[in-house]
Amino acid sequence: MDESREIGGKTKKHIIGIMVDDHPGVMSKLSSLFARRGFNIDSIVVGKSAHPGMAHIVISVVANDEIIEQLEKQVNKLIDVAKITDLAPAQSVIREHCLVKVASTEKSREDIINIAKIHKAKVLDINHSSIIVEIVGRPAKIENFIELMGKYGIKEVSRTGINALQRGTK
Amino acid sequence: MQGSEAIIKTLIEEKAEHVFGFPGGAVMPIYDKFLDYEDELRHILVRHEQAAAHAADGYAKISGKAGVCLATSGPGATNLVTGIMTAYMDSVPLIALAGNVPTSLLGNDAFQESDMMGITMPITKHNFQIRDPNTIRSKIRKAFKIAQHGRPGPVYIDIPKDSQVKEVTKDINNVLIAGFKPVLKGHPVQIKKAAEMILKAECPVILAGGGILISKAYAELGELAEGMSIPVTTTFMGKSCFPETHPLCLGVIGMHGRKVANYAIGNADLIINVGCRFSDRITGDLKTFASGAKIIHIDIDSAEIGKNVKIDLPIVGDAKQVLSELVKIIKLKAPKSRGWAEKIKKFIKDCDCAIDVKGSPLDPRKIMFELNRILGKEDILSTGTGQHQMFAMHFVKRDVPHTFISSGGAGTMGYGFPAAIGAKVAKPDAQVFDLDGDGSFAMVIQELATCKEENIKVIPVIMNNAYLGMVRQWMELFVDKRYSGVHLKRTPDFAKVAEAYGLEGITVERDSELREAFERAYKADSTVLIDVITQEEANILPMFSAGANNVDMFGGCIQNKGELF
Repeated sequence: MDESREIGGKTKKHIIGIMVDDHPGVMSKLSSLFARRGFNIDSIVVGKSAHPGMAHIVISVVANDEIIEQLEKQVNKLIDVAKITDLAPAQSVIREHCLVKVASTEKSREDIINIAKIHKAKVLDINHSSIIVEIVGRPAKIENFIELMGKYGIKEVSRTGINALQRGTK
Repeated sequence: MQGSEAIIKTLIEEKAEHVFGFPGGAVMPIYDKFLDYEDELRHILVRHEQAAAHAADGYAKISGKAGVCLATSGPGATNLVTGIMTAYMDSVPLIALAGNVPTSLLGNDAFQESDMMGITMPITKHNFQIRDPNTIRSKIRKAFKIAQHGRPGPVYIDIPKDSQVKEVTKDINNVLIAGFKPVLKGHPVQIKKAAEMILKAECPVILAGGGILISKAYAELGELAEGMSIPVTTTFMGKSCFPETHPLCLGVIGMHGRKVANYAIGNADLIINVGCRFSDRITGDLKTFASGAKIIHIDIDSAEIGKNVKIDLPIVGDAKQVLSELVKIIKLKAPKSRGWAEKIKKFIKDCDCAIDVKGSPLDPRKIMFELNRILGKEDILSTGTGQHQMFAMHFVKRDVPHTFISSGGAGTMGYGFPAAIGAKVAKPDAQVFDLDGDGSFAMVIQELATCKEENIKVIPVIMNNAYLGMVRQWMELFVDKRYSGVHLKRTPDFAKVAEAYGLEGITVERDSELREAFERAYKADSTVLIDVITQEEANILPMFSAGANNVDMFGGCIQNKGELF
């Protein structure tokens, strides 16, 4: 028996940029592919790109190298996909955008605002019982912030998932 | 010009000569235009849309160009689905067209509306919806390009009825597709490495898949095999790409393949896979598959490389191009003597057990024996799915490429008969046999009407064992003979059904009658159905169990297990 024949290995987070034709049905083609091939996607960010008629999609997925290779190849087979870029953390700018609604009282309000300031997060809305804070950063920073806010009571969180671009001129 | 006319004209522009279809409300404008273009584009009326898709599939496999099928919206279109999926699994270029409700009603659950774009998404290479008649030409042309280039596959085109009726006001003929650039040319460095590996190997085996047939690389395959004395096993989809009577041919590999083929892979030190996707029916247990061998994988679809089996040397490219480069390099060097090939040839002969088995009801092998006798080199054998298909794979020998068609990846019952009809349309000079099961054939029996009314001669041969034989065999072998839902009890009388369709039907009950029936059908001008009363509980052996080591085969002619020497 030859263990090396087995396909597998350690899992880690991968971020992949996909340039696609921007027309209805593309997202469903992608998500249907992920679903039927059993690829477990952490997040997807979609928006217009710098090229007219093309949209840029950033997906993040936790998987081993073989699964990522298969995923990239399968995605590349979709006719609507023009280009795939492996957005390795060392060569990419990685950001996530997050809105957090935190429960607040007159007593806790100032603390929350101070913590937000330290995290370079913006306070977007304040009322008697809650504060909405906007935070942008690497996912770990956002997680850290959400964890700190947990003490005051989190009412809602909305995250975009990971957005990224390759550094340099490529 | 109306959209419907643009559709027909674009099909003709793309060299389509036949459309297999079945009309309905949402495609009436297209049917109307068939009348104006009958000389250039022949419509063949089938009796169920699934048959239209299979016929177009068989047509494509034989003609080498895309087959076209057409159905109306809703149930008409969903009836195509099995055929589209069958073509997808076997990489067949198929253009499936269907009407849909007018664009203004899309998404409203209108009469005979179905979301075919959603339904066909996972079973097509690509799909298009034509909401603007001005895009008809470019979208249909793109569809042909996608279906026929790179790794072929089916493309579905959804045409709402108003797009067929409205006038085309602008001629858009853009066939550029940014995301579609199949890699055809193999990397020279990889090819050079492959040549070195082949020259160094002591016990190499070529595993030739359907890719050889698709890329028409049989001559290059032959040169490599003969020049280097390398035994060749083909996959089920690759059957006929290497002459099966050739002394180096191991026959078909896999669950019901030849022992010598499976054992050769198990004992090889190098596997040269060309255009085969290492399906589970070939590998068995991945942990034990070809454990002693290095593997070269040549495939036009990079996603197939490393999908199931870890590869030592990948080459992405077209089989014909890569093999011809490979042969060029190898020819410059002296091949090592191949004692391996000489030893293997003996086992190839041992696997050719006698199959002229006497007795009635007939032994399935007797049918294969007579098929081998009657089939001319250029004649075509199509099959349904089940035991009869595996008997054909194992025992019927085909020497000329594209003379055997069957549903491999999908294993679609009911494929054989309509695919035979399509094959006959593509190659009218050949005799086309459909070896079928009593279960498989009954699923598409209505196509006898197509043979009759469209004057298409095929020869359905029904291996009638009164059972859904393959499922029965598994019940016998794996669940203590608990037969459930598999006894068909020889209903209907197939010969009488043929007669009801105005065709000749022959029932063969004795082994002595089979040859004459075949000869009579062969000479006839129209379809003759032959219903062969076969042993009820004959098994197709040898085999390995699903997920087992592929050298753990049981049954069959040679009795040694796993080892060749």
